[in-house]
Amino acid sequence: MDNRSPAQRMLARFRRDRIAMISSATIIVLALTAITFWILSITNVPFPENPNATDLQSKLQPPSFEHWLGTDNLGRDVLSRILHGSYISLTVGFVAVAVSLCIGVVVGAVSGYFGGWVDNIVMRVVDAIICFPTFFLILSAVALVGPSLLNIVIVIGLVSWTGTARLVRAEFLTLRESQYVKAARSLGQGSFPIIFKHILPNAAAPIFVTAVIGIPEAILTEAGLSYLGFGVQPPQATWGNIIADGKAYILDAWWLIVFPGVAIFISALAFFLAGDALRRAGNSKSETH
Amino acid sequence: MEKPNPLLDVRNLKIQFATEDGLVDAVKGTSFSLNKGETLAIVGESGSGKSVTALSFTRLLPEPPAKFAGGEILWKGQDVLKMNARQLRAIRGGEIAYIFQEPSTSLNPVYTIRSQIAEAIRLHRPDVTDVDAEIVKWLDAVGIVNPAKRMHDYPHQLSGGMQQRAMIAMALSCQPDLLVADEPTTALDVTIQAQILGQLRELRTKFDMAIILITHNFAIIRGLCDKVAVMFRGEIVEFGTAEEVLSNPQHPYTRALIDCIPKLGANQKRLRTIDYAKLA
Repeated sequence: MDNRSPAQRMLARFRRDRIAMISSATIIVLALTAITFWILSITNVPFPENPNATDLQSKLQPPSFEHWLGTDNLGRDVLSRILHGSYISLTVGFVAVAVSLCIGVVVGAVSGYFGGWVDNIVMRVVDAIICFPTFFLILSAVALVGPSLLNIVIVIGLVSWTGTARLVRAEFLTLRESQYVKAARSLGQGSFPIIFKHILPNAAAPIFVTAVIGIPEAILTEAGLSYLGFGVQPPQATWGNIIADGKAYILDAWWLIVFPGVAIFISALAFFLAGDALRRAGNSKSETH
Repeated sequence: MEKPNPLLDVRNLKIQFATEDGLVDAVKGTSFSLNKGETLAIVGESGSGKSVTALSFTRLLPEPPAKFAGGEILWKGQDVLKMNARQLRAIRGGEIAYIFQEPSTSLNPVYTIRSQIAEAIRLHRPDVTDVDAEIVKWLDAVGIVNPAKRMHDYPHQLSGGMQQRAMIAMALSCQPDLLVADEPTTALDVTIQAQILGQLRELRTKFDMAIILITHNFAIIRGLCDKVAVMFRGEIVEFGTAEEVLSNPQHPYTRALIDCIPKLGANQKRLRTIDYAKLA
């Protein structure tokens, strides 16, 4: 007998998927890199080099054995800057998604479960927020509160929960009509235990998928903000502001744009593919018995 | 011989539904009562208001669109329609428990049988200390073989009949005074249907619990139910003991319903259907 929970069976399907394994391995490597270089940053260990040490004598050097990914216009080692900037991107990705999940899940769940006028009001607010061009909303908010890492993360999270809320609401609209919810109500269970104990676990798979897909979106948003100068402020290196600093030298020093670009591309792709694989694993109908 | 205080006393109950075309009367002034330990069958076709009536006992209908337009539902002398949310939650499950038509979807797929029954026990019987022993006891009572092992199963590992038994165990574990079985055997095949009904009959005598059986099938009520209420278009058109109603139906609708049951050995070319033109 197959005595595994639905979550365990989903995980087993995920593990049989090659793309899922490759992308999660990439994510693990990224995460380990980010954690390692975060520790190196706060302890001021200059490995491979100090990311903020300028050396005007050797500025704008192409990739070489001394500087694997070249140097920028102030002679800073690009590899060091990319590695030391990695934790910014991943922190933004994970924390912004955590913020948006917390809001989106609760709002969507309440709206979908109770329906009626509650749903109407909540969804009109969501519609109103969606009407704003997201990126400019974030840009204005960050300009207003100041571009620190914490502010950026919170602002991205506060703006991007609407998609999650809509998805969760849609799931709840279907699941609240299910027999087991009716059965739980008939047993005298209260609304909040039903929402969080009975419905939410059944909606977990699609929520998890949007969360994973939301991570690269937040990373890209932060890169975009940094590029425009509203991201995490220099001298702290982030993938976005390395590109921003390099854009003036795009014809002379391609490595300033390409390598941080590749870093953003690989991490975004890994999360997107992992999210997609998760969606496939969650869809048990695709499994052959 | 009427007892002064019946367990459940429904008086002139009127339920309406708000639809796009205005208010629709789903239940039009229904009255009946049920004593402790009695078994009542509410028989009727789809849309006759039988499930709506049953769900109204603990106000499980979504309001709106449902609306109580009049009448009283007295449970142990107290009007359910005047109760607040907390009082209702105490009655739901604890005093009036339900089992539904689709056992395969009535159990939450992400939890084991054990954790779902445990939830019911914790809700209504917080004094029970050995929850597992209690679960095993009830699963055993509803005829699940090897309950100590099977309680760790997920719903998808059980057959339809076993799922319905687990649902019954969950309902019984709260020790209700009334079990409302809303088409409990409709989704099951005939042999399992007979087993489940037999089980209900046995449990009724064992635990002295009242049962309301909701069905569209006259064939299954004989031998299980004391009283029968026949519902048609939101009204009880006939009420009596099971024996009376089955052997000597008075209302043309009851007769038509009984005629719909295929009879073994009858020389009948086509199954009878209900001619609504004659009833209106």
